[in-house]
Amino acid sequence: MMELVCPAGTPAALTAAVNAGADTIYCGYNNCTNARNYPGLNFSQKEMTESISFAHSHGVKVLIAVNTFPKAGEEKYWHQALHDAFEAKADAVILADIGVLDYATKKFPKMRRHLSVQASAANDFSIAFYKEHFDIKRVVLPRILSIEEIKSLIDKTGLETEVFAFGSVGPMSEGRCFLSSYITGLSPTSEGVCAPASHVSYKPYDNDTIKSCLGDVTLNHFSKDEAAPYPTPCKGRYKVNSKSLYLFEDPVGLNAMDILSQLRDAGVTALKIEGRQRSKAYVAQTVAAFRKALDSSSHKSLARAAEGGSETFGAYKAGWK
Amino acid sequence: MKKHKLTLGPLFFNWNADTRRDFYYRIADESLFDTVYLGEVVCSKREPFYASVMPSIYDRLLASGKNVVVSTLALVSSEADLAHIKNCIEQNTLIEANDVACLQALGGKTKHVIGPFINVFNESTLSFLVKNGAYRIVFPAEIPFSSIKKLASNKNTEFEVQVFGKSPLAIAARCYHARASGIKKHECKIICASDEEGLKVSSLDNQELFSVNGTQVLSHGYTVLLNELPLLQKAGVTHFRLSPQTVDMPAVCRIYRDVLDSKTVPSEAIIKLKKITKDTPYINGFFHGVAGMEWVHIPHS
Repeated sequence: MMELVCPAGTPAALTAAVNAGADTIYCGYNNCTNARNYPGLNFSQKEMTESISFAHSHGVKVLIAVNTFPKAGEEKYWHQALHDAFEAKADAVILADIGVLDYATKKFPKMRRHLSVQASAANDFSIAFYKEHFDIKRVVLPRILSIEEIKSLIDKTGLETEVFAFGSVGPMSEGRCFLSSYITGLSPTSEGVCAPASHVSYKPYDNDTIKSCLGDVTLNHFSKDEAAPYPTPCKGRYKVNSKSLYLFEDPVGLNAMDILSQLRDAGVTALKIEGRQRSKAYVAQTVAAFRKALDSSSHKSLARAAEGGSETFGAYKAGWK
Repeated sequence: MKKHKLTLGPLFFNWNADTRRDFYYRIADESLFDTVYLGEVVCSKREPFYASVMPSIYDRLLASGKNVVVSTLALVSSEADLAHIKNCIEQNTLIEANDVACLQALGGKTKHVIGPFINVFNESTLSFLVKNGAYRIVFPAEIPFSSIKKLASNKNTEFEVQVFGKSPLAIAARCYHARASGIKKHECKIICASDEEGLKVSSLDNQELFSVNGTQVLSHGYTVLLNELPLLQKAGVTHFRLSPQTVDMPAVCRIYRDVLDSKTVPSEAIIKLKKITKDTPYINGFFHGVAGMEWVHIPHS
């Protein structure tokens, strides 16, 4: 059976995920070393140690994401996170930066390494490079591949793969998207913050319309009864040739619930639910639904939890590109 | 002191064969560039449409004394993309790797350039890649000067920074040019060729933001690091990249050459450059560690 990998932005969310039937939890430290570096989110070392101990007592594994790209002169924070993950007995670390991977391989050869989606390894040659140099055991695949492409990669690399089953659709090659830093100055790659809440604002546009902004840039206009996506640059509505459209991605959430058997048949090892920034109620609901689906092949709609309120198979189905 | 080199980066846009030939012949015959990067970086589907003119462009550049490096795809996500990279490696001696797949294909043996689409933000990554055969590092668009300063002091490696042209911000498997036209990528008909400097993308409040170039997103404004050239030179940057735009590139090259050689002060150079680039705004925010789309004014002493 495919492993169910679930997000936890807080110890409470981790407990909720364990209780809802997660096989594995992934989380990060409360600093720039992970790609969800938001205020009030993530774990201190004390919380991490206690949470891992709790998860292990329930037979649940914990993966720690140290998956941002250190700036020059700041690598010590990433090294500390690796030391802490080792001390806290993490089951694996999820890494993206070549320098961080190299350090982890040399200092903690026995600590299991997964390749983060932030490394954007979308082909067998890239995966082989990371396997040969850093002995990665699993690759989290970018959200830009079809099921056929995933199957082909698994056949060629022989590595464990983890794919996104629920959450947002990431149309850009991850780990090297500079749209948010272009607008805000804060970097998803180095600082772990994409479209930070501190830079998001909602303003009245006219009587019936609200506009959402990131920094000084308008990313959408929507009516008061319209479900609008959180204003990240890749989910914005733009004007091209005087036509307004969701140029990069529609306001939809990824939901692979209906194609779980196809992912399993392709040889996928683990299903990832996205959303370390989401509430513990979201975690409990989505984890329970996927647990039930995996156990019984039945499922109920998660449409209300999906981003923007409607769902897509994303790149898994032909035609998305 | 070693002469600082000017390079012409790979052409991101999908210009047709005739336009390319005319453009590069002029670069060969009339420009002061030391090195020219050729090769398709954005989409492997484009190349068959202009491949016929590339050998003569390559030869003409070499004959005029330019160093030629072949840049490779920034995102490898299909068999066709991989085949494209392997073909580049078989045919050429100097390669710019822009996806880790290319490093694997090079096998750590051949000396190569690391392009701006492979993240080099810190010392350990730099050191690993140099040991793996990189002799020159082109920094990613987002890197601030505070980091460049710490990395470029490494004497045994060459460092390159893009100092002119639209900044590459993102690359996707999806084609936005096709999407904006309501068609799918597999039936795109190379629609990206209709916009010689990309498709203009504005906010709903009419603020010009991006240029979409097939699967790539670029800044709307031109990155212009003229005020910053002396700082980069002092920090150990050896190569300065101008990215091809639909402006008089040999003339732009002369302006940068004169600043590198201290024949023109940056403030005068910017006035000259403005006459060439017309309405396109300038940006330099990433260099200064602020929003990339901003222009940070540096007062001259």
